[in-house]
Amino acid sequence: MTTSLVDAESVLAVDLGSQATRALLFDVVDGQYSFIAAGSAPTTLEAPYRDIGEGVSQAIMQLQNVTGRSLIGKEGQVILPSQASGAGVDRLVLTHSAGPALKVVITGLLNEVSLASAQRLVGSIYAQVVETIGMNDRRRPEAQIDAIVQAGPDLVIIAGGTEGGASRSVYKLVDLVNLACRVLAKGQRPEVLFAGNQALAKRIKDNLDKWTTATVVPNIRPSIDMEDLRPAQQALNQAVTRRRMETIPGLAQIAGLCSTPPTPSAAAFSRLVRFLSRALDPAKGVLGVDLGNASTVISAGAAGDLASSVFPYGMGRGVGAVLQQIELSEVMRWLSIPLESNFVRDTLWQKTLTPDTLPQDAETLAIDQALARAILRLANRQFLARYPEYDRALEPILASGGIFSQAPNPNQALLMLLDGLEPVGVTTFVLDQNSLGSALGAIASFNSVLPVQVMESGAFLNLGTVICPLSDARNSSPMLRAKIEYERGNETTLEVSQGRIVVLPLQVGQTARIFLQGLNGAVIDPRSRKYSLNFKVVGGACGAVIDARNRPLNLPQDDARRRDLLKKWALSLSG
Amino acid sequence: MESAVTHILPLTLIRRKRVLPVPGRVLVSNGEKVIATDIVAQAGQPGRHVLVDVRRLLGFSRSDQAEKVIQCSQGIRVSQGDVIAQTEGLFSHTVRAPISGMVITISAGRVLIEEDSPPLQVRAGLSGIVREVIAERGVVIENHGALIQGRLGNNLADQGMLLIIARSADDELVSARLDVSMRGAVLVGGHCGQAEALKAAGELALRGLILSSITADLLPLLQQASYPIMVLEGIGKLPFCQAAFQLLTTNEKRDVCINAAAYDPYSGTRPELVVPLPGIGELPPEAVDFAPGKTVRMLAAPFASQSGSLIQVRAGKTRLASGIHAPAADIRLANNETITVALANLDVLE
Repeated sequence: MTTSLVDAESVLAVDLGSQATRALLFDVVDGQYSFIAAGSAPTTLEAPYRDIGEGVSQAIMQLQNVTGRSLIGKEGQVILPSQASGAGVDRLVLTHSAGPALKVVITGLLNEVSLASAQRLVGSIYAQVVETIGMNDRRRPEAQIDAIVQAGPDLVIIAGGTEGGASRSVYKLVDLVNLACRVLAKGQRPEVLFAGNQALAKRIKDNLDKWTTATVVPNIRPSIDMEDLRPAQQALNQAVTRRRMETIPGLAQIAGLCSTPPTPSAAAFSRLVRFLSRALDPAKGVLGVDLGNASTVISAGAAGDLASSVFPYGMGRGVGAVLQQIELSEVMRWLSIPLESNFVRDTLWQKTLTPDTLPQDAETLAIDQALARAILRLANRQFLARYPEYDRALEPILASGGIFSQAPNPNQALLMLLDGLEPVGVTTFVLDQNSLGSALGAIASFNSVLPVQVMESGAFLNLGTVICPLSDARNSSPMLRAKIEYERGNETTLEVSQGRIVVLPLQVGQTARIFLQGLNGAVIDPRSRKYSLNFKVVGGACGAVIDARNRPLNLPQDDARRRDLLKKWALSLSG
Repeated sequence: MESAVTHILPLTLIRRKRVLPVPGRVLVSNGEKVIATDIVAQAGQPGRHVLVDVRRLLGFSRSDQAEKVIQCSQGIRVSQGDVIAQTEGLFSHTVRAPISGMVITISAGRVLIEEDSPPLQVRAGLSGIVREVIAERGVVIENHGALIQGRLGNNLADQGMLLIIARSADDELVSARLDVSMRGAVLVGGHCGQAEALKAAGELALRGLILSSITADLLPLLQQASYPIMVLEGIGKLPFCQAAFQLLTTNEKRDVCINAAAYDPYSGTRPELVVPLPGIGELPPEAVDFAPGKTVRMLAAPFASQSGSLIQVRAGKTRLASGIHAPAADIRLANNETITVALANLDVLE
């Protein structure tokens, strides 16, 4: 679809990550929106700079040097709108993941109803729950007040009361929060978000407004069997942005130039996943995974419905949170080279002190990639516990994060994703090699054409289609027969055994038709319970792959045997 | 490209802000001399609360009935046992304060009392002169001397005489080398990988302990210690970088201030050792460009804690031994070996 040049707008997207600030330029080339180039610089939020403006300037200046296009004017500001000379851009958008997580106290009625929804709500943004108070909390009211005060929250969420439901219990919670606000000095009082029984909203807001800023959003649990987080998520994302604009020097100044309010990167990335779930086959759904320095985002969408979670697990600033959740053995089991457990343990903990360091040699790379697998498995497990309806085959799987895009070769990126997510059925992995996901999600709010055209233009790397059949058959027994019919008319047939990874002979960009036949009861597509399947496939950077290792992945307990198996799998994928 | 700096300086001007996170009271004045353990500012912090439900205790059905008989008001102090509500008549009933404290609020027939609690305090963290008072928040303290910054600390501060028991930069702290003559000292111990060594150090009433590195399993012990512990290189088995070890040995037997602050990336607070000296130093830069001739330290394996001289920053991205591509520089080590290291894995020692 070509774009009318009259309507086309160039966009400069700035993504403020915890480690790096990126400036991304999008413009129309030959009638289509394209990703032009990127500039990058270390984020300057932390000391000694304590002002993100320096990093943003550096990133944009690097972009200027790469493109030869003037983007910053004499006064040091971004040139808006674009000029006849070619200088400047029409729109500036900002996404952000840098900065501390919002501290949130959640209050609700029943653990398994309003409190569970509030937990999922907080889990979908850059926030951490620092205290939980429910109707069945046995602590005395003053102990609950002390708990809120000690937690020092930025925000309190009051959930509970389905529509037409409880009121007295909800008023008790409001009273508690009210008293806690009175204890705290004016500048320390948390904002309050009321997301419960709407019949009570006005009275509650009037009550709380005397002491703090109170916002009412639609009930996140309007009935026992219905949950609607979206309006509250929007309000929370605005609260995250507001808080960051108050506490991150330089952010408000840049936000003032943006055509839309700054968006948390996780929200923007999720928006892209939702956007794709509407644009692509609704039966297949879309999964998005963004594994960053400080956090991991998992978003799954189908026909416009979206589930999204942000986990505090990351490759640098997020390592501490991972190590609180998992045993060291969860990382060690993915090492294909022999390393002392104390060395691995200390290397991981050292990353909490030097979170921006990169793997310098084969050993530290192996540790990083093992860590990435452990994080994916941990986050995915927790995501599916919250949203079991997405425990199924999803296609495509969009992967973002430096650990994948900077991997020495795409096969390593694909293997980390397969080991970490253990997908089933047929899917296609797409790598966000230029870290455009959040920017495109932010742009989608005002330009629905740009993201589609950029994704179609090759800015994302098709790693390849992966077929992951399921079977109860014994290891090494035949699981799948595959016939590949090429466009020239020739064909290849192969048989794949249980436990193996096989790369199908398909060049990058080469189109073929694959005929799959499950053997010994193997199911190829658990979504449709299909035992045979044929479809068109385009070769990706890793060709096309059959991952017949079954699920869940079974690694030998013996260290030497396990390392051998991991090496064998890695070798199989590299062809 | 700029790098943050780790200071390992024989003589510099040290200027540090010590402030409360909330408004409070500054306890020292401009020009006053302070030592590391002096409290320079303090603020109240919320104590435990007790909610006295006068309405329920006196059996009233409505809050306004209770509020008519409440005899205290918001903002006043009460002592344990004071009458806070009393009914009239022949058979009057009394409600007394269960704790001493301040009446925070009276609402819906209930009295919320806040117990007194120890104030939030900020210590000087180094000896010097107060150069600026920041109203209701804290001070700026200045001194001249040697400065060594670390990576990890347990949030305690003290001062004492510096004693070196590490025989080399890669030496290890062992309990056998500790004895009572070290009592009251700030000890330079080397790498610590044994819980016994840390426990033995704890029994010596040290004023501080400086380690090159510590293994991850000992981190809880470090946090629980009752004296300041600061770690210069980080977690693992890492020697002191040469510049730091040399500066420490040069200053043995001097009085030093150890502020083992926890590292806060946003404020830039990090653990520091200051050796007050009679000379005059200049304020060092907090960020410098990676440039030829700069002394740099490697932050990550396989060269962690080694230092060297930067020869050149390579153009574009370089393929590292790990296979990833990143901006990198060539470094000459002390043994004249040249290595290529990612810029992200370096900090400048200045």
